[in-house]
Amino acid sequence: MIKNPLLRWALLLGIVLYLYLSVGSLEINWSRIYAGLDRGAKFVYGFMNPNFAGRWTDISEGMIESLVMTVTSTAIGIAISIPIGFGAASNLAPLPVYLFCRGIIALSRSFQEIIVAILFVAIFGFGPLAGVLTLSFATIGFLSKLLAEDIESIDRSQAEAVKATGAPWWQWINFGIQPQIMPRLIGLSLYRLDINFRESAVVGLVGAGGIGATLNTAFDRYEYDTAAAILILIIGIVMLSEYISGYIRAGVQ
Amino acid sequence: MAETLSSTPKVWQLRNRNQQLLSWFIWLLGTALFVYCWQIVSESTTWFFVWDAPRIAADIGGRMIPPRWSYINELWEPLWDTLNIATIGTMMAIVMAIPIAFLAAKNTTPSTKFVRPLALLVIVSSRSINSLIWSLLLVSIIGPGVVAGIVAISLRSIGFIAKLLYEAIEEIDKNQVEAISATGASGLQTLVFGIVPQILPAFAGITVFRWDINIRESTVLGLVGAGGIGLQLNASLNVLAWPQVTLILILILMAVIFSEWISAKVRHAII
Repeated sequence: MIKNPLLRWALLLGIVLYLYLSVGSLEINWSRIYAGLDRGAKFVYGFMNPNFAGRWTDISEGMIESLVMTVTSTAIGIAISIPIGFGAASNLAPLPVYLFCRGIIALSRSFQEIIVAILFVAIFGFGPLAGVLTLSFATIGFLSKLLAEDIESIDRSQAEAVKATGAPWWQWINFGIQPQIMPRLIGLSLYRLDINFRESAVVGLVGAGGIGATLNTAFDRYEYDTAAAILILIIGIVMLSEYISGYIRAGVQ
Repeated sequence: MAETLSSTPKVWQLRNRNQQLLSWFIWLLGTALFVYCWQIVSESTTWFFVWDAPRIAADIGGRMIPPRWSYINELWEPLWDTLNIATIGTMMAIVMAIPIAFLAAKNTTPSTKFVRPLALLVIVSSRSINSLIWSLLLVSIIGPGVVAGIVAISLRSIGFIAKLLYEAIEEIDKNQVEAISATGASGLQTLVFGIVPQILPAFAGITVFRWDINIRESTVLGLVGAGGIGLQLNASLNVLAWPQVTLILILILMAVIFSEWISAKVRHAII
């Protein structure tokens, strides 16, 4: 708790004032919301009776494209993240390399996937390639950062023991450091696979391929039963992959 | 005879033969999967545009500089809306997430067979669907505007907050709870004096962390019509006003840095 009563009351007053101002600036169109309740009920009804069959070819094509994008972008992302992760670990890399790699990580983490996707669609054209590049780029920021933090907290004595045998740099990395970070690297990669699948549903909204485009069309046509079917599929796949990755992670550690 | 059998000395290997074969097999499978997936991506790509990409990137880059600074006067109000979407959305999410977290935690749920799976289902559904998709849904139900954004952010945040909170509840120290109930406290009193003080720091940390994420996410909700600075971004993109896009991206970057700074400060003060 905050000890100073003056600060406490000022903070409380500030919160109340902020709420008053912010709620006051909302323009709530109650009649529009009331009219929308009907559609909301339709959506809930659609969730109870999802329509998988109606647009099955669209749904399955979008789903396969999303899954394909997820696999490709995760693989590319991991391949690029590992050298950058090593470069961004302060106990391995010299200062210029460290700063360069940290810069890439900061750049990748500061923008939302969707903004990157918009730029990549403008540059590379519509289609799943823009989505794959977006997700790979986002993977780099996530995976390299966590990998670098893990490398920084390894047990030094193991790496030193390998070095003392006269191992060259490559063997030092391979036998002194890699075994220590491997379980975490596998865990993080599986986690990122989940995230990339969820995000692949979003980048489609701006034309970067995947199930998002199908979903957007379904909402635009007010076909809530089809939209519900897609959402149920997404939730199901996420649950399945979380279950599988939990199983693999338990086996690795 | 023994000499001839061991004429080639055994070289040390990290793995034995079966482990080595398994490792190669997994690599082969993974590579084949990647190549197959890459082929599908490649088939639906117009490679002509990709080879042309450096020229187009340079062209867009040239158009984006310098940013149109005068446009900033039209951006203060959307920025205020963005802040409100994130903040009010987080507050609404907290109100809904707390009961769900208590229903989902193994040690506080009324029934592990019936209520807990239901609460976990709510958490998974909320977490699997991105806030942009929630806004897409809400824009089509309650119409475009800030309200759709607030509801979308809060629906997405419920799962996140509830998940981290119920994990914190499951990790509490049982002795304190037992000590309170041993004094003859009622169920509610045990909750308020035994459990809540233990999870309060974790709860504050989770909330600020989610608020930080929500600031990021609310900057783009406007792309599907759910209010905030994303609306201006979308409008500028539609008319290819690249100098305005640059200015908006700079502003979004500043907002993200600002929220990260505040959340780091608050979390530091708590821990």
